[in-house]
Amino acid sequence: MKKEFKVIADLLPSNTRVLDVGCGDGSLMSLLRKEKNINVRGLELNQSNVQQCIHKGLPVIQGNAETELHQFPDQSFDYVILSQTLQAFYEPEKVLRELLRIGKSVIVSIPNFGYWKVRTKLLFFGKMPVTKTLPNTWYNTPNLHMCTIKDLFNFCDEKKINIKKVVGVNEDKISSIKKGNLEIKNLFSKLGIFLIG
Amino acid sequence: MPSLAGLFFWMNIKLENIKKLDVKKPLKLDCGKTISNFPLAYETYGKLNKNKDNAILVFHALTGDQYVTGTNPITNKEGWWITAVGPGKAIDTNKYFVICANVIGGCMGSLGPRNINPKTNQPYGLDFPVITIKDMVRAQESLLDHLGIKKLLCATGGSMGGMQLLQFCATFPDKTFSAIPIACSSSHSAQNIALNELARQAIMADPVWEKGKYVLKNVQPKNGLAVARMVGHISYLSEKGMQEKFGRKLQEKADYEFSFNADFQVESYLRHQGYAFVERFDANSVLYITRAMDYFDLSKQFKGGLIEAFKNQETKFLVISFSSDWLYTTKDNKDIVIALNASGADVSYSEIATDKGHDSFLLDEPEFLKTLKGFIDSMYEKFKNEKRI
Repeated sequence: MKKEFKVIADLLPSNTRVLDVGCGDGSLMSLLRKEKNINVRGLELNQSNVQQCIHKGLPVIQGNAETELHQFPDQSFDYVILSQTLQAFYEPEKVLRELLRIGKSVIVSIPNFGYWKVRTKLLFFGKMPVTKTLPNTWYNTPNLHMCTIKDLFNFCDEKKINIKKVVGVNEDKISSIKKGNLEIKNLFSKLGIFLIG
Repeated sequence: MPSLAGLFFWMNIKLENIKKLDVKKPLKLDCGKTISNFPLAYETYGKLNKNKDNAILVFHALTGDQYVTGTNPITNKEGWWITAVGPGKAIDTNKYFVICANVIGGCMGSLGPRNINPKTNQPYGLDFPVITIKDMVRAQESLLDHLGIKKLLCATGGSMGGMQLLQFCATFPDKTFSAIPIACSSSHSAQNIALNELARQAIMADPVWEKGKYVLKNVQPKNGLAVARMVGHISYLSEKGMQEKFGRKLQEKADYEFSFNADFQVESYLRHQGYAFVERFDANSVLYITRAMDYFDLSKQFKGGLIEAFKNQETKFLVISFSSDWLYTTKDNKDIVIALNASGADVSYSEIATDKGHDSFLLDEPEFLKTLKGFIDSMYEKFKNEKRI
């Protein structure tokens, strides 16, 4: 099981209603339903992923989060999850606003571009970083708006989006991120998981 | 009284082979008239298990009938959904008990315009009441009682079958555990109505039709009915699919004939489809059924619109559309999903990428059939567990 999913599952109370945007093959939804009896829904673009969710008995809607979030009513979910896809949208801010409209709270995770290995690749080799969390090369990456944990932290501040909790993940280690340790955690976390709204 | 079988002579139909339920309960139709003691023809496949939790109801489309799979005993052709239903198929009849009824207004044994009007002892013709999708669905409810099924595992249908299904879920919210509306719409669009009107006008323009009284003479307005079918067939294919299948290919000839015979393959195909259809379908039934489709607007039946129609749904939905379907588009199907979402229902949706147009749901489309199977099998597991608890 991915550490990220474990962290997300721990952030969520049982018996809630959750929408997983970009739910993939439904791994996270399965986990949430099994361990927390959460009423899950998914939104997914890829046909074969959609089919896998359906085979698992997971409710999933085939569609594009960039253009089709409007179909979900205001505040219709307790939580909306967006796992590692915010940076791939044309208009991440617009998507984030939509998530905050649909969910009472939102969980957003991002691959951290501020992670030290990413920084050194660019600094010492002068090349766009290719790492485990960022496996694509510059010409075929779906990521249009890479950001760091610090960037998203500041963005929420600026846009008056309430940050309830931020968790940094590095392999099996997780740590809580606050303003005070932001610089250091931004350097040593591969992944940032934000609970906002 | 003219014998009913005699009226079918041009179709060579053996009526005694048709399973029928005599529906005793009077049914007040949307038009205000009441029918009672009417025949509802149906067929079943597979076996109903002890717990009665493996029943799947299929609603058929405009020109379909109750013979979903196997060999249709009346036409001796394959059942219309043999690609999806049968032993080992997506809807596996080794596992599930599949039921399908002929719609009222139809011509495969259920009460329709070809039946005898007890008031006149003549076939109804245009004296048959105008029916709606809701009437069709309510007429089929008694079949579930008759078969002793309290709650279906699943109900499904494509095209008009999907419309019946949406109506079924709205009218009887607790009769099915899951539902798969396929390539349908919650209301007929102007274009849908226009195409149906074209079909009806073609029938009515045939001099043999005689305001629907052709039945008395044991004839059928073949030319008009064939044109009506051709219209339908064009709308079931996509532009690209048609181009790929036929292009400008000529029909068994090297060059143009400089005549109005079927020079092009596409013409020959349409003519064949048209004339094969008149052997098995009744012209007045086309009028009545297309009318029912045109009147269909689920949101109109509920004050709060479509969202209200699906309120308090416990049924788990899977809506499926086909990317190249221009008759009931992806947008039409997505509107259903949006309404289901807004009403808080449990809904899945998949758009199958294909060039085959509206007809896709009847064809061997692997992605579609896999999705269908995955959903039904997973629903069966859930339904069994729920019943156990």
